[in-house]
Amino acid sequence: MQTKRAMILVSNDPESIRLGANELIQNLSEALGAYDLQDEVEITTLSNIGTSNILPLVVVYPEATVYGPVKPADARFLVEEHLYKGRVATDLIAPPKQLSGNIGWLRAHKGYNPAEQRIVLERAGHIDPENIEEFIAENGYQALGKALSEMTPEQVIETIEKSGLQGRGGAGFPTGRKWKFVRMAKGEKKYIICNADESEPGTFKDRIVLEGDPHTILEAMAIAGYALGADEGYIYIRGEYGLAYRRLQQAIEQAEEYGFLGDNIFEKGFNFHIHLHTGAGAYVCGEETALIESIEGKRGEPRARPPYPVTHGLWNRPTLVNNVETLANIPAIVRNGAEWYRSFGTPSSPGTKVYTIMGNVNFSGVIEVPMGITLREVINIYAKGMKPGSILRMAQTGGSSGSIIPASLQDTPMDFESFRKAGVSLGSGALLICDQNTCIVDLVKVLLQFFRFESCGKCTPCRVGTQRTYEIVDRISQGQGRLEDLDVLVSLAQEMERASNCGLGQTAGVPVRDMLKHFRTEVEAHIRLGSCPTGVCAMTPETELV
Amino acid sequence: MTAPTIERDVSLLVQEAIEKHGAHRDALIPILSEVNHALGYIPAEAFQEVHKQLQTEDVSVSKGQLFGLASFYDMLSTKPRGRHVIKFCENAPCHVVGGKAVWDALCDSLNLKNGETTPDKKWTLVTTSCLGLCSVGPVVLIDDDLYGNVVPGQIDKILARYE
Repeated sequence: MQTKRAMILVSNDPESIRLGANELIQNLSEALGAYDLQDEVEITTLSNIGTSNILPLVVVYPEATVYGPVKPADARFLVEEHLYKGRVATDLIAPPKQLSGNIGWLRAHKGYNPAEQRIVLERAGHIDPENIEEFIAENGYQALGKALSEMTPEQVIETIEKSGLQGRGGAGFPTGRKWKFVRMAKGEKKYIICNADESEPGTFKDRIVLEGDPHTILEAMAIAGYALGADEGYIYIRGEYGLAYRRLQQAIEQAEEYGFLGDNIFEKGFNFHIHLHTGAGAYVCGEETALIESIEGKRGEPRARPPYPVTHGLWNRPTLVNNVETLANIPAIVRNGAEWYRSFGTPSSPGTKVYTIMGNVNFSGVIEVPMGITLREVINIYAKGMKPGSILRMAQTGGSSGSIIPASLQDTPMDFESFRKAGVSLGSGALLICDQNTCIVDLVKVLLQFFRFESCGKCTPCRVGTQRTYEIVDRISQGQGRLEDLDVLVSLAQEMERASNCGLGQTAGVPVRDMLKHFRTEVEAHIRLGSCPTGVCAMTPETELV
Repeated sequence: MTAPTIERDVSLLVQEAIEKHGAHRDALIPILSEVNHALGYIPAEAFQEVHKQLQTEDVSVSKGQLFGLASFYDMLSTKPRGRHVIKFCENAPCHVVGGKAVWDALCDSLNLKNGETTPDKKWTLVTTSCLGLCSVGPVVLIDDDLYGNVVPGQIDKILARYE
């Protein structure tokens, strides 16, 4: 392999492409040609995981100089200054303020937040996701090799169990135990499914992994296949994630070519094949039994449980369904051991959690931090504080099916146990930060609109309950509410929770419950005074929600 | 397009989709997605064709079951749509950063309500659930083009890009 003097990394996430990243790559390549540098400098792509307002981002190694935003027209100047004349193109350098902290590949450089610990996002944004060799160079497929050559399937499961890893899809079920159930289930044929149907509003952590480090999911699935005795896997990816789909497709081809997937992997007599399956737009398919129905070519309506997928899953065979983020932890745990993993996070919730931050804060994006940090820390350190003029009023954790918490709870440690005690859900890790201009009634109305739209309609409590709660809250937002409505809301929320068939209906009442628990005065003001304290609700019957 | 052309196209389209995705039960949604992608929606003939062409032991689905599939999934449409489909994210993360005003601007500019198509069949306007691009909200998706950090004042300029 010829040695290169320098490397140019260009971000090519959807937003960068929209802003001309592809044209920029083309222009850079032409400019290198013009200065006869094409043999000395390589151009590669990186999946941006940092901030969104300096895209497209260009990083030039070995100096790790960060430029952004770089327009296609800037390509020639950049090449001339930095690579031909050998000095920093100061005009294009990225503003340091927006760079501090959250960009993975800056870990060796200043500005990297010390408390951020990357396990799941270890490689995302750091390697070229379309090149398997970069993955291999960063310990890729090493864990699979270790599992196949040094460990028995039981030892792999034991390692996962000891690590204390809990499912990162929202429910927090111990992963090792789930694996054990599938291992013990009777049946020759078993399946491994990766749940990549990430549709919880405000959640895009899995997309970052799939777009930035697709091979890690393939490696984890193959390890699971070995441990559980399965030779076939499915990745169910939501239809809207086109780029992630293409990256995975390419990754599977590359892995098969290199012998990490397919027959007789590492010549150990282990076979594993992965199919890629796209959804077609249905939130409920993130529920594991609905997802299985959808793969089987049916309407994605959740099944009655028990039996659970661990014994009766895809085509009625024992099936493991794990979320993307859960799986992304597996190779690192197998490589480094359970003890290592337990050194992060809290004793009851080991490891890290990937959060997506958005709302009225200065930085929106993805972070990976140890379990147990508080919301106040997230806002002040990682989100760079509230936007000027904004004061924290409430936050929504875990997407639509998560919880709405008032500012007074911002010091609760974010781990499964502490949140459970506080009656809050950690959910998918979405953190929507809302300021004083957010009206609770308006926000809950939007959440209920989501649930009534996404309810699959199979069971009555959810189908009717989501519709009725929406109508009542809509009426309150129009100044037509009655005080007895609040009692009806409470009982509807309770009944949906108790009687619904799946998680969608069981959590659809949570926003209403939290609204009345923490913000009852404000709701009553809508009813008693006929006015909205924040001035958001139009308070007229004509208002129609989007 | 005349009616006979559609019929022939649909038959061929379905045949190609089955060849690409396989004649298995788990290929049904990919096959319907393929048709939807090519035509913008799934016409009644397509259900007929899939039903007719997929009569294997492993798979046998009625037209009704196929329609039930298409009506369940948001990305599949059983009605014709405009040449360009505008999808607007209506979920909370986009809402709290000013989504409602963008939606109003879209409705006003096109004189459409949710789910409607313009008389000249150019635009269809629909709301959608979260697209996973929350750090750049409010988000509007036109066909496959993504627009993030949208403000109401940009709408006319964005729409003018489309023929």
